[in-house]
Amino acid sequence: MMTSTWTRFNVSMRTHKAFLRRLIDCFAIAAVLLPAPALAQTSSTPTSKDKSVYAELAKAPQKAAARSNPLASDPDAVAAGGKLFAQHCAECHGDMADGGKKGPSLLAPEVQQSTPGTLFWLLTNGVVRRGMPVWSKLPEPQRWQLVSFIKSLAPPHAAPENGEKASQP
Amino acid sequence: MLILILAFAATPAHSQESPYIVTYDHYLEEPGSLEVEYFSTFGTQRAGNDWIAYWAEFEYGATAWWTTEVYLDGQTTFNDSSLFTGFRWENRFRLLQREHFVNPVLYIEYEHTNGADKILKEVEGHDVEADYAEPNSVARQDHDHELEFKLLLSKTFKGWNFAQNTIATKNLTGGNPWEFGYAMGFSRPLALKASAQRCNFCPENFVAGVEMYGGLGDRYSFGLNDTSQYLAPVVAWNLPSDWTLRLSPGFGLNDNSHRFLLRWGVSREFSGFGASIARLFGGR
Repeated sequence: MMTSTWTRFNVSMRTHKAFLRRLIDCFAIAAVLLPAPALAQTSSTPTSKDKSVYAELAKAPQKAAARSNPLASDPDAVAAGGKLFAQHCAECHGDMADGGKKGPSLLAPEVQQSTPGTLFWLLTNGVVRRGMPVWSKLPEPQRWQLVSFIKSLAPPHAAPENGEKASQP
Repeated sequence: MLILILAFAATPAHSQESPYIVTYDHYLEEPGSLEVEYFSTFGTQRAGNDWIAYWAEFEYGATAWWTTEVYLDGQTTFNDSSLFTGFRWENRFRLLQREHFVNPVLYIEYEHTNGADKILKEVEGHDVEADYAEPNSVARQDHDHELEFKLLLSKTFKGWNFAQNTIATKNLTGGNPWEFGYAMGFSRPLALKASAQRCNFCPENFVAGVEMYGGLGDRYSFGLNDTSQYLAPVVAWNLPSDWTLRLSPGFGLNDNSHRFLLRWGVSREFSGFGASIARLFGGR
């Protein structure tokens, strides 16, 4: 009984390994055939794209923009937000949030002068046409933690305390 | 080649993956990212040999509103044989730009598989357990060219995700009728706030839920008669090391269903993959 089970396991593992090797070879070919729009997207002009993304901030509904950050007084929110930023955002916006190939700088006045509610709204809805995905798959508290982190990046004299009194762009 | 690209160019990305294995929510792959996934399903078989079906998925975020994915399927049936059973090419299109009360995504898939395919990635029409009892040498003689359409509806509210998929498939060979099926599920992270520390076992790294899926008959006999139905708890563990592990024991809900399916999967997301490929061809 034990021998039979072991034999089955061995056969299964050998088959899995052979299957995986075959898949890797196949995919090396498939990767070359990736859709052109994706390749084009990575070489778009950052400046015009940045502006169009910043312009989205102004589209936040008034009610959404007026929301305050429920975690504004949470001492761990900035640190947790920083961790989330490194995991989900730094790839596009840069490790220091100063902009990357795909995402605009989050240190820009357009972002730092936005209300927490505006940033939360943008995170939730993304800017799908401009390549920023929706981030509603992160639970609300995590999105607020991200907002706390982004607001913490502003120089002390540039943004009001917690960003709560900042005006919408 | 793929390994070189992934090792030197694309960077691993932490992903917040849903735990579903059959059901789709409305979240697409991040643009330019490649997610490599490997799944396995162990299935019990009455009047036949138990089996393990496995598949690899290569999921690429072409844009923020379009994800394209290639599947390669295979299976091992105990006391029988192992074989490659076909491929699938799936595309998901986000229909609305922003988040709404319910978020629709259109799913279009072409699949070219043989009759020995057992991955049970979706259940449709009058698929029943007995269909999977044939020896591989017989089953592989059938070839399916199938078009599959799904309307994916999904909503996340206070950390809970609710997803419902309606499936319609048309086998392009043999004049088969349209077949229908469904999948639905709900899930939630064990914690909604992220901890400030990097950790493997933080509750927010775990997402748990339940999914249910089954056939709904075909154009001429719509309904639950002669269909198989499954209920499956699901759990995903999103590791800080950029890997996601999934586990899902599934249970057949009627006599036409496999009594037990044990699914597991492992995946890793690589961001910047599209840019790496572009650089290979002289792009910036």
